[in-house]
Formats: sequence, C-alpha cells, structure tokens
Amino acid sequence: MLIIKCPYCGERDHSEFSYGGEAHIIRPKQPTELSDDQWAEYLFMRKNIKGIQYERWNHSHGCRRWFNMARDTSNDKIHSVYKIGEKPSN
Amino acid sequence: MSNNYRLSTGGQISRSEPILFKFNGKTFRGFKGDTLASALLSNGIHLVGRSFKYHRPRGIFTSGVEEPNALVQIIKDQGKTDPNLRATQIEIYEGLNATSQNCWPSVKFDFGSINNFFSPIIPAGFYYKTFMWPASFWEKVYEYFIRKAAGLGKSPTKKDPDIYDHSYHHCEVLIVGAGPAGLVAAKVAANAGKKVLLVDERPNFGGNLNFSNSDYNKINGLKPLEWIKKTCLELQNNKNIKILNRTSVAAYHNYNYLIMVQNLTDHLSDKNKIGKIRQRLWKVRAKKVILATGSIERPMIFDCNDRPGIMLSSAVRKYINTYGVKCGNNISIFSNNDDAYETAITLHNKGVKIKSIIDIREKSDGTLPKKCIELGIKIHWKSAVIYTEGYKKINKIHVMQLSKDNSSVIGRKLKIDCDLLCVSGGYTPAVHLFTQSGGKLDYDEKKHYFFPTKNTLSQISIGSCNGTFGLKNIISESQEKTREFLNIKEVEQLSVLEPKSGDFENIWLLPSNKISGKTKSFVDYQNDSTANDIKLALREGFKSIEHVKRYTTTGMATDQGKIANMHALGIISEITNTKLGELGTTTFRPPYSPITFGALVGRNVGQFFDITRKTPIHDWHEKNNAKFEDVGQWKRAWYYPSEKENMHDSVQRESKAARTSAGILDASTLGKIDIQGSDASEFLNRIYTNAWGKLAIGKCRYGLMLNDDGMVYDDGVTTRLDENHYIMTTTTGGAATVMGKLEDFLQTEWPELKVYLTSVTDHFATISVCGPNSKKILEKVTQSIDYSDSNFPHMSFKNGLIDKIKCRVMRISFTGELSYEINVQANYGQSVWKKCMAAGKEYGITPYGTEAMHLLRAEKGFIIVGQETDGTVTPVDLQMDWIVSKKKYDFIGKRSLYRSDTMREDRKQYVGLLTNDPKEILEEGAQIVAEVKNKPPMNMIGHVTSSYYSPNLNKSIALAVVKNGKNLKGKKLYVPMPNKTIEVIVSDTIFLDKEGKRLNA
Ligand SMILES: [Zn+2]
Repeated sequence: MLIIKCPYCGERDHSEFSYGGEAHIIRPKQPTELSDDQWAEYLFMRKNIKGIQYERWNHSHGCRRWFNMARDTSNDKIHSVYKIGEKPSN
Repeated sequence: MSNNYRLSTGGQISRSEPILFKFNGKTFRGFKGDTLASALLSNGIHLVGRSFKYHRPRGIFTSGVEEPNALVQIIKDQGKTDPNLRATQIEIYEGLNATSQNCWPSVKFDFGSINNFFSPIIPAGFYYKTFMWPASFWEKVYEYFIRKAAGLGKSPTKKDPDIYDHSYHHCEVLIVGAGPAGLVAAKVAANAGKKVLLVDERPNFGGNLNFSNSDYNKINGLKPLEWIKKTCLELQNNKNIKILNRTSVAAYHNYNYLIMVQNLTDHLSDKNKIGKIRQRLWKVRAKKVILATGSIERPMIFDCNDRPGIMLSSAVRKYINTYGVKCGNNISIFSNNDDAYETAITLHNKGVKIKSIIDIREKSDGTLPKKCIELGIKIHWKSAVIYTEGYKKINKIHVMQLSKDNSSVIGRKLKIDCDLLCVSGGYTPAVHLFTQSGGKLDYDEKKHYFFPTKNTLSQISIGSCNGTFGLKNIISESQEKTREFLNIKEVEQLSVLEPKSGDFENIWLLPSNKISGKTKSFVDYQNDSTANDIKLALREGFKSIEHVKRYTTTGMATDQGKIANMHALGIISEITNTKLGELGTTTFRPPYSPITFGALVGRNVGQFFDITRKTPIHDWHEKNNAKFEDVGQWKRAWYYPSEKENMHDSVQRESKAARTSAGILDASTLGKIDIQGSDASEFLNRIYTNAWGKLAIGKCRYGLMLNDDGMVYDDGVTTRLDENHYIMTTTTGGAATVMGKLEDFLQTEWPELKVYLTSVTDHFATISVCGPNSKKILEKVTQSIDYSDSNFPHMSFKNGLIDKIKCRVMRISFTGELSYEINVQANYGQSVWKKCMAAGKEYGITPYGTEAMHLLRAEKGFIIVGQETDGTVTPVDLQMDWIVSKKKYDFIGKRSLYRSDTMREDRKQYVGLLTNDPKEILEEGAQIVAEVKNKPPMNMIGHVTSSYYSPNLNKSIALAVVKNGKNLKGKKLYVPMPNKTIEVIVSDTIFLDKEGKRLNA
C-alpha cells in the first residue's frame, strides 16, 4: 500500500487512487496514416519493466486529476510525481 | 487426573478463580490465566492430535504461536465453530469447548494411523504422484480421502453472529513485540515524547523474560517479573503511548502499512462475550517501525522426535514458571546450547527430577551448566538422542556418543527412562515481518541463523529477531538503536545481570545408528514431512528451495513452518553442499498467523457489503409491488406483478400496454453527464462515431462510443441544451467508467479543449412516458410546452414547467413508440411520477419495469450495450454502419475499424432469429450451429444475445450474433439444447414497425 503524493492534494493513501497504465504514450494525431502495425504498436504494446517505470495515476477518490509517476516496480519506491504535460524531475 | 501436574504454588495464574472447560467431550479444571495447553498439561494430557499424513500421535510441543501440533477446533452454539486454533494461545474461559482437530474417529484410536505402517508408500510428493490419475478420481476418491484423513478442521455451517471491527491508526513509532527489547524501546521512545503504539500478540507483556530464572537474570537489581511490572506501569501512565495486547501483526506492507488483528473477547466467558466486538482489525500507518518480534526455539531432528512428551525446553520452562505446571516427573533434556540448562535448574529448584542432560557439545564453560554439575545433574557431553520409545507418550530415549566430526554415533547405546524430553536446538530470529516488508536477510555461518540486513523502509529490528541474544546485549542494543533511530539525545542506563553463556553448536540433522531411509526424523510436524522426504526430493532432482518446499509440503501448513523451515534449509544445504546464505530462504507471506474472515470483512457485511443506490421513485415502486433487479449498484424496478401474475404474465401485460395506450418507466438510473464549454461540440465529435458539429440547439442525437480498439463501449442520447451546453446520457452500468474515460481524454490527450464535465446522474429523476396516449398525458402534466409535431418533433427537447418546477422534456424513444422523457430535479421525481400516474389514469397508464423495456426495445431491434455487445463487437458487426461517420478525419476507435481483423467479412454479426414454432422461446446465451451433429463438439458460429415472447407480435423473437450473419438472412440454423435441437431462421433485427411510423402515432 503506497502513500502517493498527488501533485494537487498532497500525500494520500493508495486506496484513493487508481492506476492508469504506462505514461507518455501519445495518441497519434493522424491515425489514418498509420499502418496496421504502427497502429497496433500504439494500441496494444506496453512495457512491463523491472525498475523505474513511468506510469499514469488518477486521484479518483480525491481531486479526480490525472498525473504521472515514476515508480520503481522492484520495490514500489516512488521517485517522483508530476503533472500531465510535465517532465519527471530527474 | 485432576491437576496432578500443577505445583502447589507459583505461576501467574489466579488460583482463586478455577475454570471448568471441555476437551474432546470431557470436563477438566484449570485456572484463570491458563492457556488450553497449560490447563491440559496440568491434567497430565500431552496427546492432543494426530499427524497430517501418518496419523502419528502428537502432543503439545510449544507454548505459543509457533505450535505445530496442538491445533484444536472450538465448538460454539448453532453451527458456529472456529478451526485451526493453537491450544498454546487459547486462554481458557468458562464454557470453552474444544476438540482435537486432526483425528478420526478419536484421538486415542485413530483409523488413519494405518498410514503409519504403510509409511514407505507415503513419501515426499506422494500427493503429486498418487493423486494424479485418473482425473475423475479427484472428486470421488482422493478429495474425500484427503479431507477425511487430514482432518483440517471443520468450517462453520451458519452465519457468523460475532461483531468485528476495523480501525485506522497513525503513529510516529510502532513497536511490534513487548518482550524486553520492545519494552525498553517503548520506554525510550515514549519518554522522548514520541507518539508510540506498542503491540504484542500475547496477553501479558515481557516476552520470554516472564519465565526466565530470577536468580540469574536481573535488570537494575530487579527480578524479571518485578522489572516487567514496573516498566509496564510506567508505560501505562505515559500519555504518549498506546498499548494493545492480544494483538498480532498479520502483515507488514510497503510504506510502513501494517495490518494487525486484536482479540478482544476470545478469552472471556461466553456470558461476558455477549454484545461485544470480538476482534478488531487495525490498519496502521507508522512513520517508523521497530520490530522486536523475538525468536523461536528450534527442535532437534532425530529419529522419532515427534512423540507426545517431547517439548521445547523454553516451553517447559514457561509452563512451570508462568502456569505452575510441570510437564513431566522424570525429565531428560537434549540440547546444543546453555539456554536449556536454565530450564534444568528451574525445574530442579521446583522439585522436579532431571534424569539427564544430553548435550552435543564437548563442554560448556557457561554459568548454568556449571551449576547443573554442582546440583549433581547427570550430563552426557558430546552425545545425541538417536531414538525415542513410547506410542502415545514418550517413555524412553536412546542415547549414543557422537563421533569426533559429529557425522556418526559411536559407542554403547544407552537407554534412559523418562516421561518428558525437553529439546533445545538454539533460537531462530523471527524475521517473518521483516521479510514481508521487503527486507533482505543474511546468513551468519557461525551462529547458524538468518538475520536482517538491508531494508528500504524507515524501520529497525532489535533484540533476538535481529540475531542479538543474551539479556545484556538485547537491552543495550534496544536502547542504543532506538535512541539513534528516533534521534533521541540521552537515555536512562540500565544495569543487567545475566548468566555467562557457553557457545552454541549446531547439527541440522543428527546422525543415527540406523541406515539412511529407516528413520523418521520429522522436520515439519504439522505437514508430517521428514528429513528423508527432503532427501528424496533432492534425489528426484528438485533443486530450488521453493520447489523442495512445495514437493515435500515442508513449511506449507497453517504454521508456515515457524518450527520447520530452518532445519529444512539446513538439511538441504548439507546434502547439496551449498552454503545456506546462497541457498536463501523461502518467502514468508502474510498473514503471520491465521486470521478469521470476520476480522477481514469487519462491518462490511449484509446491507453494508456494497452500496445500494435507489432512485427517487424507489418508494413508489416498492409500494406498488415492484420486483427489483440489480443493475450495478442500482436497484431497478424489474416488473410490477399483480397478485395473480407471475413474471411472464406481468411483463407481457406491461409490454402490451406500452404499445396500445401508455406505459411509464423510471429511467433515473441512466448516467447523465453535463458537458459545457466552447469546445463541447468538437469534443463530442471526437468521442462519438457520428458527427456532432451541426446538431441544432434543442435537438437530441443518439451516439455510439467506441474504445480505440474499435469495439462498442457505450451508447446513449445526447441533447444540445445551448450553444456550449450538452447533456449526455450513458448506460446505467457504464456511467462512472464513461465519465472517467472522458475526463481522461480531456486531461491527458486534449488538454487544449475547453470542456467541463459534471456527473449529474443523481441530480435528475428521469421519467419516460411512452405509447400512443403519451402526448395527451404530457400535455396534462406540463405547462407551457406546445407538443405539436411541428414545434416538438422526434429527437428534440423543450424546457417546461410542472407547476412551479422546471423540467426538461426530451422526445426520444427506446421503445419505438411515441415517447417523452421528463427530467426534473431528483427531489421532485416521485411527485412528478405520481402526477403522471394521475394524468394517465384515464388511459390506463401502466408502469413497466426493465424487463418489459428490454422486450420492447428488442421488438425494435435496438441493442443493449453489454447484452448484444461484449467488448468484441464493432458498430459494423452490429450493422450500424449508418452511425459511423465516413467524413470525420478521426474519432476514438475509427482507425481500428480498418484493421484487417475488424474488416473480416465472417465476423460475428448482429441478426434476428425466429423459431419455427412461434411459442418456442430460445434461451439467452444458447449456442448456434449451422450443422447439427449427434453429439458435441459441434462448430459453434454464434450465440443468442436476447430472447423474448413478444405480446405485440404474438410470437417469440430473438437477437443473436452469428458468423457472417449479414449474409445469412432467411437461412436455417440450429440451436442445440440438452434434449432437443431448435430450428431457427435468420431474420432482420427489426421485428416491429420497420418504417418507424409509431414514433409519430
Ligand atoms: Zn488529488
């Protein structure tokens, strides 16, 4: 059970948040110009790394804002949280 | 046998409060303060159960949580019973009724013990090897055999009547364990003003210090019990500290989140339990955690080391000091360390005869062994117990000398009579919680134990759980480490007296005079696995410790190998010639000791199990005999049967009325999202498949929402209320997820769009009135709305008033009838509903439920997301190409509609089905085939998604998805059912009013 520092609300219990998969996957602006493979790459392929992973979280039972998190999946250590559109601090 | 083994004085029991209790049907006497184990031992009872596989008699082995043998079932009234409890932890109370768990038909005569004579055929992996084949034997034979023979306790048959509670707690410092280390740490922390929570699973604090010998152990000049009492008193008077006894930490999660279970009433008499909370589950967030969880004494592994009357030395010391109970009259001790000598001296001083001490060491220069020699106790140095005799109770031990390198036994075999053998194999740090928290262990090759090294949390381990032994070391470490950990400047110094201790020596598996394979040296008592089982597993090629564990089931019983694990590892290490540190340990998983389901569930039972959502009109439905169906968390009116009607009749009547005169439906559960902002139209354009730019103000439009994989996700009607203001409806079940998904797009994908979403599902009551007379009814109910077709056509909306209440009326239809939907502020929902009922009385307005609604829309072939779709259906599959914009450059899901798979011609497509016999109603979910065979398997090409008897068409109708269905219209297909095959003809999905004339009736 993590303690997550929502960039808008501060530290809150894990149970207030929901996980939203890998971060920084931008929906293609011109999907129709992509090949099936390119589209499938965007749609289906996700990393599942051991180590620091960038992921999306939603403060679903709080401010309902989405934000990003750099989390080490091997020990659950949260290295940084940052707003959508921002870059991780390190 | 009444208390023959109770000394006349001593112990911490209350002798003025005798307690009667039942064990295996017989009544016994104990005292307040006894555990079930100590009370039984005071009555001379050791034999408490049978072992898991071989059904060997087993006795009480320990005095605490680590107990592998004395598992009992507590019988309570009315089908209530608690299995898998350890007799060593149960505090006796008036009315306690316990039975042995693992024996059948009785503890004295055990049918399963036949296994014992056949034991060569129950080696490691027996269950894997034997119960593999044939598969059909599992249910009939194996499971029955295993359950019966294993006797793993009985489940209760009735609802648990007890009350359980949950509580959250935040603290600066959590200290787990209130032995000497924990008490010292608590005092240091609380005196420095820290907010402390101190917990211990036992009723009394002080840990093993409670029963240590007061002649040899002193703190600040005080005897152990005096110091414990004084310290506890000081702590109780300190406002900074909260103290919980009978509280076991079950799990230690990341970020210092710990789950604990507090036992509040299990020790009280049945009368005093009434109305009280039985257990409380604590969810604790601690800034810092101090683990002082102590250590567990090890057994010794030799042939027949499992007989009743063989007990841990520290347990025997606890029974005599804490409970005034001697576990035998003629005692031998088998040891590899000095601690067992403290037991010997304690027993001796209380007048119990010590027959002999067998010690694997050559000598010891410790204080206590010297004292034993002075006392004239016979010590057999450099010797080992190689065998024991006695079936239901030990009566003899065989002793031989150890060879110089300890690899074999030599010399003459000595047989010593005894009625109790204390074993002491040293101590294993209790690192369970530490490893649960993610901490890493190292192995000390000299001291032969794993101890905590690295951890990532704000946490320390102190005392014997950290591998620190000896009272002096434990106390000075606790003070120093706590001081440093909590940034405290100074602490009170304590002076400690302790006996000088000799070195400890370790042999994992003791040598035997028998040939290998002929011994029964038990490693895991509870799961009945022996050293030979481990050897066999290794011979058969299992290398990983996790595999050996599963193959032999060592350490997999309810005690999770608290006693067994170290020796299993040690034996593997010796045989494979691998260093223990490299071998690693198996994983300790939560819970540390078994927890009740009640504690986990807490108050979230019955009506509190999940939220129940009711519409503002719910009361009316209830009063009018509605039957309800659960849709997500909502209770929706399903149908309204009259006294004589069954469900079918009721639904048929409701459906008929809706088409012939007027029906009324509570549609308040539909999800409603208020969408505002200058980019609202553009936003809808992107998330719906059809075009939204040109929807005029005051108009409604049906929309289909896809995932980006092209599959239908939700649908509903959205109305343009104003230039930059829409109200969207979603399916009842999809409301929350649609809202979440739309928010997600706005916040992360298109932050440049000026759009604001508000969930207003609960803010509005929605009443749908349909049928040829609906317009007349609406005209009576609302003021200031002109219902003429020219002013108020299909798919449009008007603001209006009902008396002084504002309302929105949409002319939209899910039934295919002329239909209006009134939206009013939720509080007015019921009164407006009643107004509609009154206004519609002359037309026989009929409330209809969700079942009739489903039927009516099926007559029109309208889909229900989640019924016709299942996440693998595209709009093209639904033959709803008309709603998919070709002109729009992009919308969510568009690209996926052009993938090779979604463009396949032979995908399952949406069709209607008609049966030959119009009375035959297909079963929803039934499979469809093109070709019938005598028996399965047959090639299934689709399934029935919806099926009803239509009262308006006087025949059965069904909807289905069928491979290549688009091209099968008019073709014959089959629905094979258990006792017949039903012929069906593929039809159009619209069964009634194909032209849509009724919308303007
Ligand atoms: Zn927040």
